Amino acid sequence: MKEDSFKKPSILEVENLNLAYGEYQVLEKVSFSAKRGKCTVLMGGSGCGKSTLLKSMVGLLAPKGGRILVDTIDLWAVDQEEKTSILKKYGVLFQGGALWGSMNLVENVSLPLETYTELNEAEINDLARYKLNLVGLSGYGDFYPAQLSGGMKKRAGLARAMALDPDILFLDEPSAGLDPINSHRLDNLINELKVSLGITFIVVTHELPSIFDIADDSIFLDGQTKTLLAQGLPSDLRENSEHERVRSFLRRGTPISKN
Amino acid sequence: MAFVGSVQLEKFNAKIYVADLVCLAMVREMGALMVAIIMAGRTGASFAAEIGSMKLNEEIDSLRTFGISPMEFLIIPRTLALLLMIPLLTIYADVVGILGGLVVGTVVMDFSVIHYFEQTQVALQSMWEVYSGLLKSVVFGLIIGLVGCYKGMHSGNDSSSLGRAVTASVVVAVTIIVVVDALFEVTFSYLDLR
Repeated sequence: MKEDSFKKPSILEVENLNLAYGEYQVLEKVSFSAKRGKCTVLMGGSGCGKSTLLKSMVGLLAPKGGRILVDTIDLWAVDQEEKTSILKKYGVLFQGGALWGSMNLVENVSLPLETYTELNEAEINDLARYKLNLVGLSGYGDFYPAQLSGGMKKRAGLARAMALDPDILFLDEPSAGLDPINSHRLDNLINELKVSLGITFIVVTHELPSIFDIADDSIFLDGQTKTLLAQGLPSDLRENSEHERVRSFLRRGTPISKN
Repeated sequence: MAFVGSVQLEKFNAKIYVADLVCLAMVREMGALMVAIIMAGRTGASFAAEIGSMKLNEEIDSLRTFGISPMEFLIIPRTLALLLMIPLLTIYADVVGILGGLVVGTVVMDFSVIHYFEQTQVALQSMWEVYSGLLKSVVFGLIIGLVGCYKGMHSGNDSSSLGRAVTASVVVAVTIIVVVDALFEVTFSYLDLR
């Protein structure tokens, strides 16, 4: 079964997903799939449910309906043990980095390794420092999150997300709050990791330069209809989407109608 | 307590019973209660603040996405540490309380140190008096740990609700402690353990 699932081009499939906070419906009937080794961007205006969808995909918010299939296994239908084994394939970068404040960077990256691998302390320490080097934070291993800038926290969060060599990396607004140069560096890093390590990226963002830089595929979530309005390559959607709102979003609101 | 006790006991020419009063009140009741109230204000509040701010910064969510249970990683170790420390602090408070009574007894009431200690020994006929205080302290520690962690885990996603969670953790813990303390005494009394 593992062999079969490995051959499937899509690593993650979302089927008819309904998401709500209590009675408040956030998204309805969202379906899409993310291709293995590619970067899928979830975009849309503020409050359209991008982060909520991400939360559900990483196992934090149970959907009201529909399925999330990871390598054909339904994330929300399995028991806790199997869910944990699925989560081990994940790396998640939260909006603010979400580094554990009482631990330094090496300890942050080491915790998942200590929890799930048989490596000894020295090996874990080396591996954690290697992951930090990978995101350009060599020499910062002994720093605590409070001593770092916003951009460094994000990169450290990315190093921690990559600790267990995940198949899928979920990034929640990775370039929000970063200056243009750091934002561009992070985009380059995502592209490098995608090519060199074959990681599948699912990125929530509404930063247009990032979207065009990193996306192999994208979905557009619409806050008004609470549905998935369009899917495709962002540059295609900008020119050819049948939805005015999608074209407008990808042109920063410039009112250019189709054709 | 020694002061207030001495004024009342003097009326009955029974000042030496200050030693009994201080000793029994400390080991049965005041040691555990004082430590519990201080720990609720210090440690319980800090549990709520730490865990609440972790929730605010999505640190709890990031633990969950690694499949690490916040219960096992944050709540159980903190509560166990408190359960271990609170009886030790209660013994410390008992000793300091009795020594405080000794100072009042010797300096203000002119008892000799040996006389005061002998009277304390008479009062403390059974070690159950001490153990019952320690038993209470462990239960108080459990209440403080669980209430602090619960309030932290259930604080909202903004800083004002974090402040409310910290305040609530102290108020709720102290209220429960006072009620449980009363239940302990009633139970001990019914079981002829007092």
